[in-house]
Amino acid sequence: MRIMLVDDSKTIRRIQRGILEQLGYTEIEEACDGQDALSRTPAFQPTLILLDWNMPNMDGITFLKTFRQKDTTTPVIMVTTESEKTRVIEAIRAGVNNYVVKPFTPDLLQKRIRETLAKCGITK
Amino acid sequence: MNATLIRRFIEATQNVFSTMLATQITFAPPAPTSSISCTGDVSSIIGFSGDVAGAAALRFPLSTALKVVEAFTGEAFDEESEDFADAIGELANMICGGAKSNLDNACVSISCPQVVIGKDHKIQKPSDAISISIPCKTPHGDFFIEVSVRSSAAQSSAVSTAQPRAAAS
Repeated sequence: MRIMLVDDSKTIRRIQRGILEQLGYTEIEEACDGQDALSRTPAFQPTLILLDWNMPNMDGITFLKTFRQKDTTTPVIMVTTESEKTRVIEAIRAGVNNYVVKPFTPDLLQKRIRETLAKCGITK
Repeated sequence: MNATLIRRFIEATQNVFSTMLATQITFAPPAPTSSISCTGDVSSIIGFSGDVAGAAALRFPLSTALKVVEAFTGEAFDEESEDFADAIGELANMICGGAKSNLDNACVSISCPQVVIGKDHKIQKPSDAISISIPCKTPHGDFFIEVSVRSSAAQSSAVSTAQPRAAAS
């Protein structure tokens, strides 16, 4: 299982990495914005992507729309402070599979990851 | 300034501190910045635009900022570290993001955080901005949240009605 963390905050990437490692996932790649993520996905071939919305250079929704032009199946969980209904709808339309609002507890993130993978028929 | 905006900042701050830092936080009554002395050593500033235009700044004494970052990340960083600035910035991002997301019927965008570190620095607000300071008290030390709204976007509600849910005496 290869998981890509896309967030401009190293702190959040570190917290997410810790949670994922507790779940037994160790193949983890980090990207600091949408552009960085786009450049890393071809080589890394992620099984799951955790994606922030507000980032410099390229935001999460722009990344998602670009990524979905080539990849319609890799599950993406948006992890963001953006919790307005209009934003959630925009993300779903762009192809997000699940949504976590910051701040999040480890339990909530673990739950969303498990349900997303199960929905997409991906086993560990 | 709209009292709802201040209330949303208080709620968002409580949520971030309880969820990410496992820390209880209380608030003294918000007041105009001119009546509170709130210089800081570490500031994390986020601009917002749209239906509400302005900025919010988390303003910490250095000793508080160091302890808050340690509670947030689980690691001790010194103030020279990029990780320290990143953590302080992310705290502001979550608080401002949470506050603006809970504003009913308002479309607001936020900027990426900017972090300023320097002993007793001041932040100059635009002359047309109305600024309110929210004193925050935690076991790690006290800090302030300064919310400034451009007067063209400020609303008529009196800030004195914005009493925090968990006000400390």
